Amino acid sequence: MSEYILEMNHITKEFSGVKALDDVNIRVKKGEIHALCGENGAGKSTLMNVLSGVYPHGTYEGDIIYKGEHCAFHNLRDSEAKGIVIIHQELALSPLLSVAENVFLGNERTSMKGVIDWTETRKRAQEMLAKVGLENEDVNVPVNTLGVGKQQLIEIAKAMAKKVELLILDEPTAALNDEESRKLLDIMLDLKKQGITCIIISHKLNEIEYVSDSVTIIRDGKTIETLVKGKDDYSEDRVIKAMVGREMTNRYPEREGVEIGDVIFEVQDWNVFHPDDEHRQMLKNINLKVRAGEVVGLAGLMGAGRTELAMSIFGRSYGQKISGKVFINGQEVHLKTVKDAVKNKLAYISEDRKTYGLNLIGDVKENMTIAARPFFFSKHGVINANDEIVAAEDYRKRINVKTNSINQVVGSLSGGNQQKVVVSKWMMTQPDVLIMDEPTRGIDVGAKYEIYCVINELAKAGKAVIVISSEMPEIIGTCDRCYVINEGEIAGELNKEDFSQEHIMQLIMAHMRKGDENGK
Amino acid sequence: MENKKTVNMDLKQYGMFLILIVIFIAFSIATQGANAKPVNINNLIMQNGYVVILAIGMLLCVLTGNIDLGVGSVVAVCGSVAGIIMIDYKLNMWVAIGAALLVGLLVGLFAGFFIAYLGIPPFVVTLATMLMGRGLTYTLLQAQTKGPFDQSYNFIGAGFLPVIKIPFGDGTLDLVSIFVAVVASVLLIFSEIKSNATKRKYNFAVNPTWQILLKLGLMLFIIWFFFYKLARNNGLPFVLLIMVILIAVYGFVTSKTVAGRQIYALGGNRKAANLSGIDTRKVFFWVYVNMGVLSSIAGIVLAARNGSATPKAGDGFEMDAIASCYIGGAAVAGGAGTIVGAVVGAFIMGILNNGMSLLGWSTDLQKIAKGAVLLLAVTIDVLSKRKKG
Repeated sequence: MSEYILEMNHITKEFSGVKALDDVNIRVKKGEIHALCGENGAGKSTLMNVLSGVYPHGTYEGDIIYKGEHCAFHNLRDSEAKGIVIIHQELALSPLLSVAENVFLGNERTSMKGVIDWTETRKRAQEMLAKVGLENEDVNVPVNTLGVGKQQLIEIAKAMAKKVELLILDEPTAALNDEESRKLLDIMLDLKKQGITCIIISHKLNEIEYVSDSVTIIRDGKTIETLVKGKDDYSEDRVIKAMVGREMTNRYPEREGVEIGDVIFEVQDWNVFHPDDEHRQMLKNINLKVRAGEVVGLAGLMGAGRTELAMSIFGRSYGQKISGKVFINGQEVHLKTVKDAVKNKLAYISEDRKTYGLNLIGDVKENMTIAARPFFFSKHGVINANDEIVAAEDYRKRINVKTNSINQVVGSLSGGNQQKVVVSKWMMTQPDVLIMDEPTRGIDVGAKYEIYCVINELAKAGKAVIVISSEMPEIIGTCDRCYVINEGEIAGELNKEDFSQEHIMQLIMAHMRKGDENGK
Repeated sequence: MENKKTVNMDLKQYGMFLILIVIFIAFSIATQGANAKPVNINNLIMQNGYVVILAIGMLLCVLTGNIDLGVGSVVAVCGSVAGIIMIDYKLNMWVAIGAALLVGLLVGLFAGFFIAYLGIPPFVVTLATMLMGRGLTYTLLQAQTKGPFDQSYNFIGAGFLPVIKIPFGDGTLDLVSIFVAVVASVLLIFSEIKSNATKRKYNFAVNPTWQILLKLGLMLFIIWFFFYKLARNNGLPFVLLIMVILIAVYGFVTSKTVAGRQIYALGGNRKAANLSGIDTRKVFFWVYVNMGVLSSIAGIVLAARNGSATPKAGDGFEMDAIASCYIGGAAVAGGAGTIVGAVVGAFIMGILNNGMSLLGWSTDLQKIAKGAVLLLAVTIDVLSKRKKG
């Protein structure tokens, strides 16, 4: 048997013609911790879903060789039976069930068929917890009484209960603080000693440097390279270069003839606390300014607090104990509700169009006009249906929404066209300040280009546009200036001439290091 | 350049009308025409008036993705309050009506407050109002029937609008009914012409002419069938007037007003509605307040039709109202459904009840049949949507 526990060779996976993975190769040695790195959307999660059978054998091309055998997994159960367990970023625990029950969720200890053996369950759960450093926990308390860090460890214990040999962790520390993260990483090193192989997906390069033995970098669905600790240059800078070293082609339309005017949007000393935990500060002393005709980016990693910032400003849709000032067109405004925000010419396009943006069973017209309706399409509460139809038709043509008619149900449109409907909805409210949160997430290249054109059009019309994006090329391609946000604080500000992915990453890393030092 | 766009009508929109007609014809054959007799058509309207009123309010609840279980009990409470005021306190019927409406409003405010501002699930809150309302009714009436009411009050549930009767065939014909039918026909044709003219003006797609004519013909036939039968009986029931006003008002509110469309937006995606500037708690609150008021109107009508207030009044009405909405094509998850659909649903239930009674089926068998029809209607609806999606 070779030294590799897992070899994935020439993996290609297409989604309706678009290659999410293109001839990807990854080889993981037995007993090592192997990191998988890449930007958002590079294909990391797709690759892991191929491995774990979420995308069944036959829907992708290429070979998976695990412990010397060719594998053809058809679902998660198949891969788990072989000892491959994946732990997703979102915890898969049932919050009100006990710790012990969660450890054996879907894998119950039974005496007879279907009858749970509680003594065995508790005893074995205790053993599993000991393996992840939680030997002092009471296995009978509901799992939601524990902190997120411990819940993450219980996920690992759950994997241990399934006799895991290859453990995959997708962004395990994203929701953890430094201390909890450190503990989790040490547990991983401990598991390594017990002979368990791990694959870790993480954005936090300092963690990868600390815990992993080798790292494979994926970019745009292709393997770039694999670096081995002690053999290759294993620094953060080296990894960043591999992650982002892409040539910029003409994916962003030029913005010409835009005059940048006065500051029309300003946020001062903005502080926000977590909605469920009044002691957890999510945003600290945020200050930012946007001028008329200017496109300003908010760069940062997922979970940096950018969406929270936008939503807390937009009618206090997020958080509690919010303090700070907002100025629009030089006037201080108090945006207590979304309606206040819309009235004061602020619009926010959510990052998650399906959950927060659209009524999927409603038609195109209805979705486009719902926000602007009280202000533009009605009189004394009675709707002017013809005005609505005219406006919806106008926007459909203007930003090229591909739909049979404005009466088509939005749920049946493609992602890109759905996004255009959301964008139309907010343009119809005629805002002066528009916050676009991940405006091109999950949409194809053509639709992306059209969204960028809309951004340019808005800037030309003298609007202030804020673009939140986790794709650094998008920030660089579309913005005049950007703020880099990390862990709820502004880590730095870059002007167009200083834009580069390395600079953004360096600001984030510097801020993280500062946070670590302050933490110690 | 003349750009003529035509698009086929969405048949599903009219599917319920077809089902209504098919069921009616089926029972006509089974009862050898008994269910199409003028007096039976009149009964159909008088017996179903309160279910139609409740179904209108219930549709708004269903649009939010919820139901109101308490309506049957509120009907009983309001009827008994009206009865006590008129019989025990010997007060004017207008005082009784006012008091009943007030009680309905208070119940609505009560339920709306718990649902919208305390976030208690509507199922639980209305289950509570259902139990409390029924208990309150028995307490108020001391488990006795209160009656008989004055004729002037009973007019609401059993009276007729003024008539001008002329001899016709083997009976009489009411010219007022015929006049109303003529007016309704003219308005219908007029609005169809206007809507098509508007569509042409804005260059929107129109339906093929033969489809428009077929639709118009079918609707005119239904109107004339009903009004002719009523004209042959005693003319137009007062309940019909109440129903038509409510249908018109709520049809307008749900399709043409900001507030009405906000209910759909809330039902379709509450989070998105919130982030679109809609105060979804306020919407919830008013939907349930409205349901309370409509329940009290139904209670007033029911008590007037019975000529008395009984503790068991309105028992199970909530289920008829909910079933009407679902049969009428409203989505169980909320966000889709129409007032007209709910009304047609209520009449489908009514025709089933009435037809089976004429056939002499027991109420037990009727329940089985109604349950089966509900299940069938919703199954067809869900499956047809799945195919499309």
